[in-house]
Amino acid sequence: MNKSLTLQDVCILRGGKPLIEVDHVIQAGETLTVMGPSGVGKSTLLAFITGTLPSAFTGMGQILLGDENITQKPSHSRHIGILFQDDLLFPHMSVGANLAFGMPAGGSKSERRAKIEAGLRDVGLEDFADRDPATLSGGQKARVALMRMLLSNPRALLLDEAFSRLDAEMRAQVRDLVFRTAKERELPVLMVTHDAEDAKAAGGEVIELKNLSQA
Amino acid sequence: MLRFLPALTLIAMLGPVIAGLWGTVLPALGQLPSAGLHGPSLDPFRDLFGWGGLFDAARLSAATGLIATALSLGIVALISASWAGTDAFQTLERLLSPLLSVPHAAAAFGLAFLIAPSGWVARLLSPVLTGWERPPDILIVQDPLGLAMIAGLVVKEVPFLLLMTIAAMGQAQPRRSLLVAQSLGYGRVTGWLKTVFPRVYTQIRLPVYVVIAYSMSVVDVAVILGPTTPPTLSVQIVKWMSDPNLSMRLTGAAAALLQLVLVIGALCFWWLGERIIARVGKRWIMSGRRGLLDAPIRVLSLGLGSISALAVFFGLASLLIWSFAAFWSFPNVLPDGFTMRTWTRHGPDAFTTLGETFLIAGVAVLLALALVLGCLEAEHRSGRPLTRRGLWMLYLPLLVPQTAFLPGLQTLLLSIGADVGRIPVIFAHLVFVLPYVFLSLGDPWRSWDTRNAIVAGALGARPWAVFWRVRVPMLLRPILTATAVGVAVSVGQYLPTLLIGGGRVSTLTTEAVALASGGDRRAIGVYGLVQTLAALVPFTLALIVPAILWRNRRNLHE
Repeated sequence: MNKSLTLQDVCILRGGKPLIEVDHVIQAGETLTVMGPSGVGKSTLLAFITGTLPSAFTGMGQILLGDENITQKPSHSRHIGILFQDDLLFPHMSVGANLAFGMPAGGSKSERRAKIEAGLRDVGLEDFADRDPATLSGGQKARVALMRMLLSNPRALLLDEAFSRLDAEMRAQVRDLVFRTAKERELPVLMVTHDAEDAKAAGGEVIELKNLSQA
Repeated sequence: MLRFLPALTLIAMLGPVIAGLWGTVLPALGQLPSAGLHGPSLDPFRDLFGWGGLFDAARLSAATGLIATALSLGIVALISASWAGTDAFQTLERLLSPLLSVPHAAAAFGLAFLIAPSGWVARLLSPVLTGWERPPDILIVQDPLGLAMIAGLVVKEVPFLLLMTIAAMGQAQPRRSLLVAQSLGYGRVTGWLKTVFPRVYTQIRLPVYVVIAYSMSVVDVAVILGPTTPPTLSVQIVKWMSDPNLSMRLTGAAAALLQLVLVIGALCFWWLGERIIARVGKRWIMSGRRGLLDAPIRVLSLGLGSISALAVFFGLASLLIWSFAAFWSFPNVLPDGFTMRTWTRHGPDAFTTLGETFLIAGVAVLLALALVLGCLEAEHRSGRPLTRRGLWMLYLPLLVPQTAFLPGLQTLLLSIGADVGRIPVIFAHLVFVLPYVFLSLGDPWRSWDTRNAIVAGALGARPWAVFWRVRVPMLLRPILTATAVGVAVSVGQYLPTLLIGGGRVSTLTTEAVALASGGDRRAIGVYGLVQTLAALVPFTLALIVPAILWRNRRNLHE
């Protein structure tokens, strides 16, 4: 089965003027890094893929997961995971509840609980299920956010400057964990960053976005 | 469904206002079929202008409203200029919520108990300083100039405008402007007035207009503290509207239209004043004068602010003491004895009325919350924020004087045979509760990080799941605060309950104000206190509930 993420003739316009253009196939387990100056519309591209494009923008072109065209699907049935530079763990839920929120419904209470425990163990956070997310360190939060996304069974992974808030040591650690997991699960990854280190660690192709409306 | 909510909200808010104005215009032109009167005729206006007290009543309305607004705004500007960003200011900020929640009527009664010839202030000063052995025979409360009424309005409008100013300052980055001004050698007060105030004022302009319209047409405060011969125009309108002689309603309707014109005129006058002050202010800024009179201005503003806050707190304290007072001879500062008699006599009735008050407030606030949350969610999903015109629409029901459209609404309801009573009263309250709930919830709702919604959606949550399971719990505190604001607004409503209830619905406010003419201070104490409690308890709950619910969730406590 084809597990790639395809951006086919994608063009995003603001006020009728083209802002960015991308035409690319990201194979399963590979990473495409998108770089470019801030304000060029990197995050807007991700919003188009998750189906949350602000109304000021118009998106054209197709997004395919494998052979399935998801361009018109609502955000919640796209199965595309996203990580931002902030962990965005829901502050009113425990660590475990955050994970359960993302897991597909079904299964008994104990099965779900076991899945949560296993997920936490995978990222080295055993026995953290009942903790308040606010009591975790930056690196721990980032790992919970990653596991929350993975447990929702995404078919592709988007990273929006996902590592830029972490300090240097944590950053390398979390980054390796993310790319390793993506490879293991054969997920196509699209990463937006302005950090060359991130691009190098990803090891995939790099495209540089130019500001079309200024050029 | 969600798509229609903004329209439905507008109808709930503006429908009664427009219908009420229409219902005012018809009888003002002599058309009142239910009383067998048919127009058009100018007789109602002829009768109105034939009333000897008209000029004084209109002048009182305009003067008390404008002076109270100008004083309140002046005090707020001076306090903010002198103290914004200091510890003292933070203390003041913490006092705001309780001050705001005290109903106008209760604050007015409290003030009356303080400043009356036999009030606390006179008792404290007598007989040593004044030589009074018995209460002096002077008219302090209900004085012909309306000074007591102005004071009663100022103590309630200062906290309101201060809250609006604090909200506006959040966007104006006052600290940095002030720092720059100070480094250029400006004093703190002058620096703030020259750099921050112009931006803040554009933000609080609509609330200021609301204060003008409200102060000019308020009825409960005017009944308690205002002059009686003649009273303010609004009080006289209510008198005409409740006259058993139905034809007096025509005069009342004509007066209601005059009230509307009066408020519009006052707003234009204020607007003109804004231009002039802006021009003078510009010249003052250009002059480069550093104005280093900081110290006296800071002391003055702190004094004025404290007096205004203390007047409310000590007023409530005197309500409390009166409600337990046995015989209390002048000039003793405390009663000669304490008794439960007043509470056993009036307490049960007061608490029954509290039930009715909460029922009306509860339904009105639930409706308002549903509409407001729906509108905000529709705004979020469509990505189209509230326009400037939308904001004006929100303020419109607060800008049209109550006495201009509520009498018409009552007449209209009667003439189409609709029953007056609890349900129409709830919808009349909704007109005033809706904008306040919207204004209270709007900013925190919009400043929520919408990436939370993106993440939740990416995790597979449908839009309504995002709403109920993520956004509402995260915004529980502002939602409860908005609920408390709504309850306080509903509890404080006098005119909608009186007129639309047709005398058959009584809330704590109508009961308390009805006691004003009798002058039974002990009974007033009971009702005033229960009324304050009704408004204060929801605010307390809005603080306690999230604190308990989220006791193990640190990030929800900032």
